[in-house]
Amino acid sequence: MQTLFIRGPSATARMVVLVIASITLMTVDHRWRSLEFARSALSNLIYPLQYTIDLPIQLFYWADESFSTQQALLEKNREFEARHLENRVQLQKLDIIEKENERLRKLLSAIPKTTERLLISEIINVDVDPYRQLIILNKGSSNEVYQGQPIIDAQGIMGQIVHVGPLSSTAMLITDASHAIPVQVNRTGLRAIAFGSGKTDQLNLRHLPHSVDIKAGDLLITSGLGGTFPPNFPVAIISKVERPAGEPFALIEAKPHAQLEKSREVLLVWRNKAEETSEKNDAAANDETDSEKIDSNQENDSGNNSGTEKKVKPNQRRGNRE
Amino acid sequence: MNKTLRIGLITIIGAFMLAIMPLPDWAVEYRPDWVTLVLIYWAMATPMKIGVTMAWFAGLLLDVSYGTLMGQHAVGMVLVIYVIHIQHQRLRVASLLQQAIVIFILLLIKQLLSLWVDGMLGHAPDSWLYFMPTVTSTMLWPWTYLILRDLRRKFSVEKHPQF
Repeated sequence: MQTLFIRGPSATARMVVLVIASITLMTVDHRWRSLEFARSALSNLIYPLQYTIDLPIQLFYWADESFSTQQALLEKNREFEARHLENRVQLQKLDIIEKENERLRKLLSAIPKTTERLLISEIINVDVDPYRQLIILNKGSSNEVYQGQPIIDAQGIMGQIVHVGPLSSTAMLITDASHAIPVQVNRTGLRAIAFGSGKTDQLNLRHLPHSVDIKAGDLLITSGLGGTFPPNFPVAIISKVERPAGEPFALIEAKPHAQLEKSREVLLVWRNKAEETSEKNDAAANDETDSEKIDSNQENDSGNNSGTEKKVKPNQRRGNRE
Repeated sequence: MNKTLRIGLITIIGAFMLAIMPLPDWAVEYRPDWVTLVLIYWAMATPMKIGVTMAWFAGLLLDVSYGTLMGQHAVGMVLVIYVIHIQHQRLRVASLLQQAIVIFILLLIKQLLSLWVDGMLGHAPDSWLYFMPTVTSTMLWPWTYLILRDLRRKFSVEKHPQF
């Protein structure tokens, strides 16, 4: 208790300052979303804890895999092989269709179709706010994860990245109450926006009139509008359509196509669009033709606009180091 | 770093791990507010070492790991620890039941503040289970208190035998 007379400002003063600071932080975070640097820095402190929490679960999976019998492995292998064959047959068809599509698009001189790059990421098993639909992933800005990046699983769209740390990132699932995703009905081409409901297995399509052509069982795919999500990925299946008299809009519910609850691994998607490639320099560095294309893009950028200087510089530095 | 701070930080980190540990689906809404509970104890036992500033940082870290708005947990935590801090001498001599009642009210205010922020953001939960952490935390207070007190005595953090 030697510090009795030399403590700093009183508790009251500190409390007032900190409360004001908290309110300011909340406002800034909500209105301008400009606190990502602080989040990213603090997530460094938390990552070891998250990793430690996740470790026993990973160990369990590891043990489960290591001690599975040869018989089980063989069976699994056979199953995978069969599925692989099946998929390849389907892919052949798709390949031809894709080529044809590309040719037709060229004939129309339309925008070239975008391609995607994928990276597998594991979900870190830690709990977040129970009233939000968030997950923590074990890839961060060191793997070029960026804010707003879409994540998918084998079945469909899962959500998007909302916070990025150096080693981990937080993703919001499409069912979060504050999430919305532009979709299209596969059967009719009707565009709509699917809002998250806060429940794990439900999306809502709001503001669609009674007369709309939609029925249970319809597949919703991403429309690609808004630019966050790549087009033509399955999102959900319509589960309920009601047209209550007296309500201005139809009541439409959909069930997410992706396995939001069960997936242990998710895929991060990068879109290799012509305008976006300058950011993904490293990704394509292995592919010579690609990187050439990117370099010319960069030169154009820096020539046209001095504002892009900053963006280009880190890439160049990285290039030099290599 | 002195002994008080060290043992305090270790228990706070332990509380933090309990706060993010995965629970079965039926239990997530009942998860006690571990970090606040542990901070309350230390604010009561060693108010000169662990106070509102530490509570604020802990709250911010919780916000980052829960993905909530920066400051949403922090603001409630600062207020709770502030009240504990200025009343620590009275609370120390109170019985465990009386302490639990005070803590229940403080945690309820904290939860209401958090609910208020969620409401302003437009995703307020529509379930009474939202206040369940307050109840479970209060029920766990006596055990938290006894365990942490024994820990503190074992490592003879502060030379006040009466607390």
